[in-house]
Amino acid sequence: MTQAITENPGAATPPPQHEDQHPWWVYFTFCTDHKVIGIQYMVTTFIFYLIGGALATLVRAELATPEVNLVSRELYNQLFTVHATVMIFLWIVPAGTGAFANYLLPLQLGARDMAFPKLNAVAFWMVPPAGILLISSFLLEAPGSGWTSYPPLSLVNGQTGELIWILSVLLLGTSSILGAVNFGTTIIKMRMPGLKFNQMPLFCWSMLAASALVLISTPVLAGALILLSFDLMVGTNFFNPAGGGEPVVYQHMFWFYSHPAVYIMILPVFGMISEILPVHARKPIFGYLAIAYSSLTISFLGLIVWAHHMFTSGTPSWLRMFFMVATMIIAVPTGIKVFSWVATLWGGKISLNSAMLFAMGFLSMFVIGGLSGVMVASVPFDIHVHDTYFIVAHLHYVLFGGSVFGLYAGIYHWFPKMTGRMMNETLGRIHFVLTLVGFNLCFMPMHWLGLQGMPRRVAEYDPQFASVNLICSIGSFLLAISTLPFLYNAIQAWIAGPKASGNPWNALGLEWQTTSPPPIENWDGDPPLIEDSYAYGSKPGKKSVTSLKGSDLWKTPV
Amino acid sequence: MSIGPEAQTVLNESSLSVDSVDIPVTILTLLAGIAITLLSLWFGFNNNLLPLAAADNAAGVDSLFNVMLTISIALFLLVQGLIVISAIKFRRQPGDESDGPPIHGNIPLEILWTAIPAVLVMGISVYSFQIYNQMGGLDPMNHGGHSMEPKAQLAMASESFDGPMLLADGTPNPEYKKYAAGVGAGPGADLPDVTVNVMGLQYAWIFNYPEGFVSGELHIPVDQDVQLDIVAQDVLHAFWVPEFRLKQDAIPGKNTQLRFTPTEAGTYPIVCAELCGAYHGAMRSTVVVHEPEDYDAWLQTQIAAANVEGEAIAMALPDASAKGNALDPIVQAMDMDIRAEELAQLHQGHTPQAQMPAGHDHASMSPESMDHGSMDHGSMGQDHLAMVMN
Repeated sequence: MTQAITENPGAATPPPQHEDQHPWWVYFTFCTDHKVIGIQYMVTTFIFYLIGGALATLVRAELATPEVNLVSRELYNQLFTVHATVMIFLWIVPAGTGAFANYLLPLQLGARDMAFPKLNAVAFWMVPPAGILLISSFLLEAPGSGWTSYPPLSLVNGQTGELIWILSVLLLGTSSILGAVNFGTTIIKMRMPGLKFNQMPLFCWSMLAASALVLISTPVLAGALILLSFDLMVGTNFFNPAGGGEPVVYQHMFWFYSHPAVYIMILPVFGMISEILPVHARKPIFGYLAIAYSSLTISFLGLIVWAHHMFTSGTPSWLRMFFMVATMIIAVPTGIKVFSWVATLWGGKISLNSAMLFAMGFLSMFVIGGLSGVMVASVPFDIHVHDTYFIVAHLHYVLFGGSVFGLYAGIYHWFPKMTGRMMNETLGRIHFVLTLVGFNLCFMPMHWLGLQGMPRRVAEYDPQFASVNLICSIGSFLLAISTLPFLYNAIQAWIAGPKASGNPWNALGLEWQTTSPPPIENWDGDPPLIEDSYAYGSKPGKKSVTSLKGSDLWKTPV
Repeated sequence: MSIGPEAQTVLNESSLSVDSVDIPVTILTLLAGIAITLLSLWFGFNNNLLPLAAADNAAGVDSLFNVMLTISIALFLLVQGLIVISAIKFRRQPGDESDGPPIHGNIPLEILWTAIPAVLVMGISVYSFQIYNQMGGLDPMNHGGHSMEPKAQLAMASESFDGPMLLADGTPNPEYKKYAAGVGAGPGADLPDVTVNVMGLQYAWIFNYPEGFVSGELHIPVDQDVQLDIVAQDVLHAFWVPEFRLKQDAIPGKNTQLRFTPTEAGTYPIVCAELCGAYHGAMRSTVVVHEPEDYDAWLQTQIAAANVEGEAIAMALPDASAKGNALDPIVQAMDMDIRAEELAQLHQGHTPQAQMPAGHDHASMSPESMDHGSMDHGSMGQDHLAMVMN
């Protein structure tokens, strides 16, 4: 093992003292420690993930047959509305940005905590009330006009549910903005002395890109929702065509946030994958700068593609063409990342543990979602498949196959750091296989359904689609079951798993150069300065990127 | 095929050293590249994933889909193949604690895999642009309203949809012929052969024919230029015929258009593709593409039936000044009273009009009584009565 960090004396820290750790009840309080907040986010959002998954399972159970026979039509619409809202605003966004960014950023940057610890705690404590508010709406009246909540339907579809939805999303959006202020400031101002931007771990880069998106786009969503609530409660006509309002303007404002939201959900995962692959492939990340700057490119391009969700909304033709081309261009920086990750794997010493399996699963599934994303960016094709099951398939390949696989990889990878315990590998692999099979069984046939003519968000459908829908439903049940080995594994390991060392993966990242879990102030003494956290295989004073030739890559002894 | 070079280049450079096999690695990678190319071409052009193509623009969309699918399959096989090969070939052997080679990047390779996707998406963009232009998507405004003669001829068809578009203060919209972009006819196209006004409402499609009748199904003649002027009454809907590869949102207060030529006689589903409420999934109708003579026969039957109905409506009206909204009460009645199941029955061969409560008391259907309160139905169907009565 060559270690770039062995020359840093700070890495050799004394064993942790027990009083360095928080007592368990701190996790239920307003605590400003970023590690506590990270775990609070992780557990809270995972609970919401299970709730959102249960809702999805109900949706799929209803769709197992073409008739409406399990839930009422109104309840069906509420189920998929709350499912999407929970999964986006209460699971993927706060898990990717809230949980992992809070936990990892200070540890990777060599900081003792985030820039604004109290703000951080405030941001977290807005999530549970917002989530409980949203879920409990089923007791009164749940929102039922889709997570997009397009007027005029959202104005006539039940005031109570819609208002609860708006309040809940506004709270979560505010929480997200507060978090992003914190992440951006921490990355820019809290790097340890000597750590340059181009030496940061790639997760920090992706969080910088994601935070910029949150700060630019989320206020627009807040504006749209506040105007919508005025239409709903006070009788204004911003979006109400009956009073001269323009429902399509709401769509523009909504997607100005909600398309970047896709990148808010995937960028942190991109960063995590860039961290996980080198550790378990024992090889430096391939093309550090390209991956870092492609995150920023994606962030910028993500802001100018929103109307590709509106190709059939009466959008002018020249705008459709502009948004089509802009959307397609995103495939370029995304492709750079994918190819760089594949090149990172190539020639490595790959440990096929649960974290790596989920990271490879992420790569495979995300590529499918990305390719179908290029297809739906094409206006003539999108006119056919817009608002169909093809879109449902595409978005789940990106958000489940992409984000959720990546989040699972992150959990398996950083669980030892967070809890000081190792998870069970066998259960992890069972979890992976069940998830991969269930996921593809559930969502791959949906491409066909959409192409053939099944619209999304329907409780009843043409009987010719019955058998394929049944396959999808079986896949979704398998997905539901797949969480059980994970849950058992995580809970059992957290309580009684084998103790993890400070650096169980022999990783070079700064977060691994402390105890597991880290002490309250993250390091006893000063953290070591790590100028290249991907220096696997290198002696100190390694070759630089520019001095390498192509043949160096491929003519390596295997 | 544009994907071949990429696959081959990457694999060629990779020097996949299969120790026990004597075949040179370059040959293996070449064969792999050819195999990927052939496989994706074969699948891409024989995928059979789309339904029957029954309109003139569908063939273009389908070939665009085939090309994109071919490229996607090739890229997927390439990436997935490399991942699987890595997982097998480069997996860590037990007891091996060493690191992989310290390779931090490769500028030429990175330029290559930036340039190839860029060229690919630019190619797809240009191709999509062409197909969209062929569909008439780039020129939806060129017909029906910009010159006087066409407008005069179209007046019967779309006057009601041209009316001042929903300005809250009642001032006429100067650009009252404000068609939002749909997919229209190509440059230089003439007037459509058939124009039908389409209205989406919870939870049905209503088709208003310029000949002066209303139908719950769309009937159009094969091989003739059809224009649909689409609007919604209450919430957003989307008019979708999968076999035509055409979809357009129906928006309250804003007209949108579709223009196409059906090429295959037959019966196809019309699907609402925008969430519109509880019965969204039940909001379906049928488009019947007739042979020309069948279409004429159907048209005559409908006109004859409409004349009887139209007179009945005219008699029920208290005075002529109310005629502007004559059909509104009917439409509202459907909105409020008719459930989706009933609508589904209506669609089985009856027009909604046949069961509409034509003799309904007009006063009870005044806008104040509408359950949706603020929804303005008044501007639609201003001239429906004129059409019904002529």
